[in-house]
Amino acid sequence: MSEAGRRQAAVAPAEARVAALEALLTEQGLVPAGFIDEVTRRYESEVGPMNGARVVARAWTDPAYRERLLADGTAAIAELGFGGPEGDHMVVVANTPAVHNVIVCTLCSCYPWPTLGLPPAWYKDPPYRARMVREPRALLAEMGCPLPGDVEIRVWDSSAEVRYLVLPQRPAGTGGMTEAELAGLVTRDSMIGVARL
Amino acid sequence: MHGGPPRQHRAGNVLLVDGIHDLGGMQGFGPVDHSPAEPAFQHRWEAAARALLMVVAGAVQASGGEFRHSIERMVPGHYLAAGYYERWLTAAATLAAEHGLVTSSELDARAGGRFPLSGPVLAPPVLDAGPDVSEPRFGAGDQVRVREWHPAGHTRCPRYVRGKPGVVLRIDGTHSVPDVEAHGTARRQEPTYSVRFDAADLWQDGQAGVSVHVDLWDSYLEPR
Repeated sequence: MSEAGRRQAAVAPAEARVAALEALLTEQGLVPAGFIDEVTRRYESEVGPMNGARVVARAWTDPAYRERLLADGTAAIAELGFGGPEGDHMVVVANTPAVHNVIVCTLCSCYPWPTLGLPPAWYKDPPYRARMVREPRALLAEMGCPLPGDVEIRVWDSSAEVRYLVLPQRPAGTGGMTEAELAGLVTRDSMIGVARL
Repeated sequence: MHGGPPRQHRAGNVLLVDGIHDLGGMQGFGPVDHSPAEPAFQHRWEAAARALLMVVAGAVQASGGEFRHSIERMVPGHYLAAGYYERWLTAAATLAAEHGLVTSSELDARAGGRFPLSGPVLAPPVLDAGPDVSEPRFGAGDQVRVREWHPAGHTRCPRYVRGKPGVVLRIDGTHSVPDVEAHGTARRQEPTYSVRFDAADLWQDGQAGVSVHVDLWDSYLEPR
């Protein structure tokens, strides 16, 4: 296609572009058989917020673990078997009645894959990335997480190698629950910091 | 060419390019389209785009900086309209074309329409990364200011903190400087810091009780 022709041609649908790249790379022997299915399976079933929920529930029930988690997030999370890409340098930030933490990546979409899985679409799209560092109190309220005016907000922009996980407060009235039951209460949004439990 | 943030800024010698990806603080995007839960992939092609990027990045030995920069060079209108996996797809195809695995015309022909790629690299290759910085220049509690500069190439210093005063909160070990690794095979290691900014200092809007923490490489900072 000529340069002028290229500029005028309609953009092919994303599915067709993926298929084109996949075919060209496969013909060169660069795509191992079953690789795409393997990637899909890994991110659909092995990683996700259920992992982070286990970390949070352990921190709620084991004060010594909580201390280790806040001192060295990577090592404490590895105790439960979670780690790897985008989880090599973990910092866990704890909510208190007076402090609320929330994570964002303004430059791209950095997110702690081993503990939270792949980021949701809204985390990767412009409105969240643009607004969370500029007007977090208003945006949190808009997203269903209104905070009293005297609660300090700490926003963490994941701009280098550290990935963050928010340790939400343990809800009241959960004294008799087991660690597994507690993990069932922990939502993805509470570990990003756009919800309180 | 000395790599990364210039030690001495040579005004007039640098193309002022700040990518569309650098979104922190921009206005007018409207509400967040929030959903409490969603599948990892909405469509099979999204998973394929993710996998193909992994294939290409492995085949061409792309660093994290080079990968990110291949997304950041997307035409702004395309970047904003594309979802996450279309950005990954564009990065995968751009890197594949730039490293000679495929050509743009092959991609167009196979796709049955135009296959838009990212724009060219505007920064010169980094040939000399300069010496590693092994000892942190700053400690927790130190007052710093972010350098005010506008590099033509890749950086992980968000525009919204450039020139702003902050306080070092944490030192996070040494890591490869993205500004260097995105533009060749040279590497420089530097400490990174978590720097705390008062939101009112960033936006001059008087908002109270809000701090924003940004993780920054050593050469992005100067003492104050």
